[in-house]
Amino acid sequence: MIHVNNIHKSYGTKSVLNNVSASFPAGQLTSLIGPNGAGKTTLLMMIGRLLKVDSGEIFINEQNITDIRISMFAKQVATLRQSQDFTMRLTVEELVAFGRFPYSRGSLTKEDHQAIDNAISFLSLEPLRQSYIDELSGGQRQMAFLAMTIAQETDYLLLDEPLNNLDMKHAVEIMRALRRLCDEQNRTVILVIHDINFAANYSNHIVAMKSGNVYDSGSVKNIVTEENLKALYEIEFEILQSKHGIVCNYFHPQEEF
Amino acid sequence: MYKHTTNEKIYTSINMLFIGLLFFILCVISLLVGAKQLYLSQIMSFSSEAWLTLTASRFPRLMSLILAGVGLSVCGVILQQIVRNKFVEPATSGGLDAAKLGILISLIHFPTLGIVGKMLSTLVFCLISSVFFITIIRLIRFKNAVLVPVIGLMYGAILSAIAEFYAYQNNILQSMQGWLLGDFSRVVQGHYEIIYFIFPIVALTYLFAHRFTIVGMGETLATSLGLNYVGVTALGLILVAITISSVVITVGAIPFVGLIIPNLAAMFYGDNLKRTLPIIALGGASVLLICDIFGRLLLYPFEIPIGLTASCVGGFMFLIVIWKTKK
Repeated sequence: MIHVNNIHKSYGTKSVLNNVSASFPAGQLTSLIGPNGAGKTTLLMMIGRLLKVDSGEIFINEQNITDIRISMFAKQVATLRQSQDFTMRLTVEELVAFGRFPYSRGSLTKEDHQAIDNAISFLSLEPLRQSYIDELSGGQRQMAFLAMTIAQETDYLLLDEPLNNLDMKHAVEIMRALRRLCDEQNRTVILVIHDINFAANYSNHIVAMKSGNVYDSGSVKNIVTEENLKALYEIEFEILQSKHGIVCNYFHPQEEF
Repeated sequence: MYKHTTNEKIYTSINMLFIGLLFFILCVISLLVGAKQLYLSQIMSFSSEAWLTLTASRFPRLMSLILAGVGLSVCGVILQQIVRNKFVEPATSGGLDAAKLGILISLIHFPTLGIVGKMLSTLVFCLISSVFFITIIRLIRFKNAVLVPVIGLMYGAILSAIAEFYAYQNNILQSMQGWLLGDFSRVVQGHYEIIYFIFPIVALTYLFAHRFTIVGMGETLATSLGLNYVGVTALGLILVAITISSVVITVGAIPFVGLIIPNLAAMFYGDNLKRTLPIIALGGASVLLICDIFGRLLLYPFEIPIGLTASCVGGFMFLIVIWKTKK
């Protein structure tokens, strides 16, 4: 369980987060949604300790994260940002092996090799094991980075827009994998996501943010309603129930016509 | 499942063996080539004259060539990880010029301190200069990777200009030209031992190879993996400063070795330093040995300074690397 308590952050005079409080239930998949500039990524980076908070506290299992040593923290929380600026030439296997750094500090043990194999087979990446990541497609690349994060074997996974620039097939693969991480391995996944349909169909819990505040949070059923989404994104939504789930249609906002 | 891994390892070890053999042959040639004729038969028959040449001049020269080559290429790769740019090395980040300035200051202001003063002053200048360079690069955030070495070369030129002006005012411009160009002909017993500093540096780098690779992944990813990013970066800069100082003090500035070798190694073996560092080290030493042997043979019995031959070879390779990256 992650609790965020009265977080405040500003850059110069512009405040990005105003007294944000939220909780992220353990063993569930939580989506952080909201318009651009709402402070979703900022909040996620603070939970991952990649950004300093101005004031407020963040607790993981009742422990203040600033009390945890950074080397220990890496065994509890793994963060994956968008990886466009990654230019190193590593094979998929080498990259995934770096996910073991918090444990092995460089020399891999038998358990480390096991964890690497598990992560690779969890995402069915065996055929790409020896491929260099700079020669992969965007989707395969994202899978490789996710495998590295999975190999880190943390209870908490934080992902910043993991579906960015992916086609539908890879996006579904990634979301399914995240779902399985929660269901099969009881891990807690928090992700920033823009595709409301993926958020609605794959999450347990949703935290909606708007202009530096938490707009609302709760189960998918309570948050994903036409009124809520309209107020959040300021466009019309039509929510359709289908056999396999729900679809939020926002492609034809009525007001403008 | 491990089959591929083993193949990869065998492939790498065969290549290592090949590079090792080449390196060994180059070492033998380097020992036998020079203005004074030296034959294997003389060494075998323990001719005292031949042995004097060997121990007083040829062996120190060989050792300093190897260590300078290893040191410079390892420096290059550490800097490339820290700056996250393939084109950065001591010559394209102001490092070599800062070292020259450091030597100059110690010669003018602390001549009595001798080699210790020289080393300390050079170290301090290298460190300050590299921290300054990295700060500039971080602040500007270039979109185009090729701009970073351009800024580095300009920065180096400014440092060099300051050094030359200072040297001119103190009437030692002439002797300073000596350090501008790397030259191994000055290396003799008793005047090169400081270069052995590179031994522990390379050992430490290998020990920290994993950490330096992670530093190259960027601050966020490194922190997320539980690495003390600032600490490892600082350590890297200190290792680089010590290496550059000892190389420039003993043999002078040799540009581009730190750039071409890591780039070539990355093309064939990737960027995992734990795997590539031995190849990079041997490659750096071999390139310097080749440049030196050519420098000694082209105008025999005279010598072309290695700074010149290395610049020619290195500059050319630099262009090829930029061209390949552009493609």
